[in-house]
Amino acid sequence: MRRIGNAHARATRSGMARVFLTGNLKQLTGGAAEFDIDAHDVRAVLRALVKLHPVLEPHLEEGIAVAIDGEIFQDAWFAEVRADSEVHIMPRIAGG
Amino acid sequence: MAKCHVTTTINGDPVEFLCTTEQTLLDVLRDELQLTGSKEGCASGDCGACSVMLDGRLVCSCLVLGVEVEGHAVETIEGMAQGDHLHPLQQKFLDHAALQCGICTPGFLVAAKALLEKNPDPSETEVRYWLAGNLCRCTGYDKIVRAVLDAAAQMRGA
Amino acid sequence: MSTASETAKLKWVGQRAPRPDGVDKVTGRARFGADISTPGMLLGRVLRSPHPHARIRSIDTSAAEALPGVKAVVTAKDFPDLPSEFVPAGEMMVNYRDISRNVMARDKVLYEGHPVAAVAATNAAVAKRALALIKVDYQVLPHVLDVVKAMQPDAPLLHDDMYTLGVTPVPKKASNVAKRVEFGCGDIAAGFKAADVIVEHTFTTQPVHQGYIEPHACLANFSEDGTADLWCSTQGHFVVRGHCARLLGMDLSSLRVTASEIGGGFGGKTVVYLEPLALALSRKSGKPVKMAMTRDEVFKATGPAPGASVYVKMGTTKDGRITAAQGELRYQAGAFQGAPVQPGAMCAFAPYDLENVQSVGYDVVVNRPKAAAYRAPGGPIAEFAVESVVDEMAKAIGMDPIEFRLENAAREGTRAVYGAKFGPIGLVEGLQAAKAHPHYTAPLGPNQGRGIAAGFWFNIGGESCANINVGEDGTVTLMVGTPDIGGSRASLCQQAAEVLGIELHKIRPLIADTSSLGYTFLTGGSRATFASGMAVIEAADDVVRQMRERAAKVWEIPIEAVTWENGMARPAGSNAGEFEPLSFADIAKLAGKSGGPLVGKAAINAQGAGPSFGVHMVDVELDRGTGKVSVIRYTVIQDAGKAVHPSYVEGQMQGGAVQGIGWALNEEYIYGEDGKLQNAGFLDYRIPVCSDVPMIDTVIIEVPNPSHRYGVRGVGETPIVPPMAAIANAVENASGVRFTALPMSPPRVLKAITGAALPDAAE
Repeated sequence: MRRIGNAHARATRSGMARVFLTGNLKQLTGGAAEFDIDAHDVRAVLRALVKLHPVLEPHLEEGIAVAIDGEIFQDAWFAEVRADSEVHIMPRIAGG
Repeated sequence: MAKCHVTTTINGDPVEFLCTTEQTLLDVLRDELQLTGSKEGCASGDCGACSVMLDGRLVCSCLVLGVEVEGHAVETIEGMAQGDHLHPLQQKFLDHAALQCGICTPGFLVAAKALLEKNPDPSETEVRYWLAGNLCRCTGYDKIVRAVLDAAAQMRGA
Repeated sequence: MSTASETAKLKWVGQRAPRPDGVDKVTGRARFGADISTPGMLLGRVLRSPHPHARIRSIDTSAAEALPGVKAVVTAKDFPDLPSEFVPAGEMMVNYRDISRNVMARDKVLYEGHPVAAVAATNAAVAKRALALIKVDYQVLPHVLDVVKAMQPDAPLLHDDMYTLGVTPVPKKASNVAKRVEFGCGDIAAGFKAADVIVEHTFTTQPVHQGYIEPHACLANFSEDGTADLWCSTQGHFVVRGHCARLLGMDLSSLRVTASEIGGGFGGKTVVYLEPLALALSRKSGKPVKMAMTRDEVFKATGPAPGASVYVKMGTTKDGRITAAQGELRYQAGAFQGAPVQPGAMCAFAPYDLENVQSVGYDVVVNRPKAAAYRAPGGPIAEFAVESVVDEMAKAIGMDPIEFRLENAAREGTRAVYGAKFGPIGLVEGLQAAKAHPHYTAPLGPNQGRGIAAGFWFNIGGESCANINVGEDGTVTLMVGTPDIGGSRASLCQQAAEVLGIELHKIRPLIADTSSLGYTFLTGGSRATFASGMAVIEAADDVVRQMRERAAKVWEIPIEAVTWENGMARPAGSNAGEFEPLSFADIAKLAGKSGGPLVGKAAINAQGAGPSFGVHMVDVELDRGTGKVSVIRYTVIQDAGKAVHPSYVEGQMQGGAVQGIGWALNEEYIYGEDGKLQNAGFLDYRIPVCSDVPMIDTVIIEVPNPSHRYGVRGVGETPIVPPMAAIANAVENASGVRFTALPMSPPRVLKAITGAALPDAAE
């Protein structure tokens, strides 16, 4: 598995956000876990992922949270994603 | 089955009610007399949320039958404040934040009042063991014990 | 963004203000779920399965329906058969088909206590007789209670359409494993190779109940026009509305749900049990229906936290650097899928800055009641295992347990295995505070031991609304949508007062019903003070802006020239004009003439919840004659970001710690071989009582959360995460024995330390 690493500056592809799938989502894409995506907000990122791997659609509709450059967003379609952002798709956070 | 007619005293007032022989005092207080301050947490005498005084003795009202109070005196949480004056225990519970959800609070107040009437200067250990029959799931008991000790001190001093 | 100097000038935030609902709660006036009645109401009762696993061949309710006094009987056929569909509900993703079948069994019963029918009758005695008249023909099936056994290929199967998700290739055979999840980064094989010391254990925990003192209760009132009112004890009345509308086929706007005061929830009242039944009975009978659970029913049929089997393996260098961490978590979901194994797997190793991690989780169904959230769901079990192993590693290399944790602690910028990077967090501060605390170096006596553990919870934000209605006299009503479980009304009023600049007692809070306020997610996930707080602040900002607008109109100056300070509108500097300041009350008085009523509102989806880290220290004393472990000293250190009301923050820390003490030392469900629960009451399901615990000392750390104006972090859940490991570590310190199974109850401890069992002790 590709090393995600800790806190080291990464050179990102110019103009595109780097998107990572965590948890079980990788299995649905046949192991593909990292993508360069041209998108300006969370909704655009999710749509782009679904276009690449339609099997992801129901899983990205509900039950996920998104970390943009480390900050967690839940149910935030229009949270801003910048050209050099690192975006992680992860399971929804819970509580009790 | 025909209901029984019971005459009793509740918080100093003469009260009459009808109940079946199956109904507990807790059922009667809550369902017949609309005194819902005493709570049902378990109906088996394990949680103390239904604590009342019966002739000056601390009991679980879920373990007393409604018909048993004929001719006796019952005190509930509703009788603790005098008009708009809170009892020192009630005030100290507020001051010390000794309640979070508040469901166990009436039972604790009645039980603590019973303790202080018997023992006006209890140690922390004595307070903890006396209140061991009242369950609280929210507070961890710390602030409750502090409130009771503080109220005891105030009542001794006043 | 709040800075230290800004927070230092606060007037209300940070004070131990009087609690708005306090007097009603100390006088017995406050109304909880079972405290209201309405004329003509019926009483509802539920018929529950006596078997842990059985097919329902038939149900005959005719004799019950014919009993005088019975006005309605419902079974599964009174509810639509919902398709399988995952939605966020409560905090976990749930399947509406599962929720519907948990509320009322269809085709099969899957646990002792599973509802099969419900009746509404004119009084309790008639209802009880009616239940006895319902004839259910069961085909009893073999059952399975243990998570490891349930995962075996020959285990009795609960759902014949359950094919494990998250496994490739998709299994051809149905099983009891609903899902497999995996998180990881780096290369654990290389990591373990680089370790000088490796520690691995398998840990076992039992299901524990949230233990709220108030059983579930509600009152439903259906009108012939298809609308209904529902009063219920819940952590989230908007969520209840959503579930009930779906289960009964209603429009959301036709159902108005009012949250009563709630006598404890801890996550267990984020789901529905009685509410859809009461609504269905009320609809069918045309009368209001009141229902309340007995304590027996609460234990048998409401969600506990799962039991689990957890394998953890970690490696460290002899200098104290953790090189690899691996975990496999197998959680019992109960009868339907949805154990919080995913959050458990995500948070297990999160307190540490690790390069090589693999965390795998299994969600497994068994014939027990469906698990529900319990304070940091999934976290305490995982952290019990991880923090026990961390402690052993520290001991193995001869390093102080706090130093070892400091060496590896997550800090701002550390990336967690699930992808998020931590913002400012207070773990290091908490560990340092623990090290400096007198508890850490206090002398210990014979048979005494000390243990430390750390933990955290992610915390959430979520949809939250707030309305502020300004009265003509300058007093205000504040409407929020998060039920008040532990004092949040006070902290929300304080935040409003801070922004508005008026006296706290001029603000009256109200928990609005679902028709009176915009959608607000439930009280849970440690979000009320944070997210409802953000909504309150925004609504208050809205009021302040309107106040400035009115002053500007009255003074005929631009709004930019009006400042707001300490509840007064003032011209900004002498250029703006020489006007006497206008107070909040002054402007409120002229609201009607100057444009209309003053109403502030906010409707947000709060983002940016800050995780709260905690460190617990506990001293125990072991009685070698009985195996009893007594907690003799306990200190909770936790990062609150900003303690809006310190007493209620302390209360959360103390309450969570004591729940953890119960989980560690005594609480467990005891089932017979027959799959039936033997300790469905507070006598034998023993939660900590007053005499079991000492004072719980608290230290509040404040590393502000930049997303919230006052720096607030949720605090409610974190305190239950460290205690079990802290106590296990203390017991190890006192006895030399490492307990990997909970609870560490006297018979088990005695057997382990002496090799002898107490006479007649239960295993």
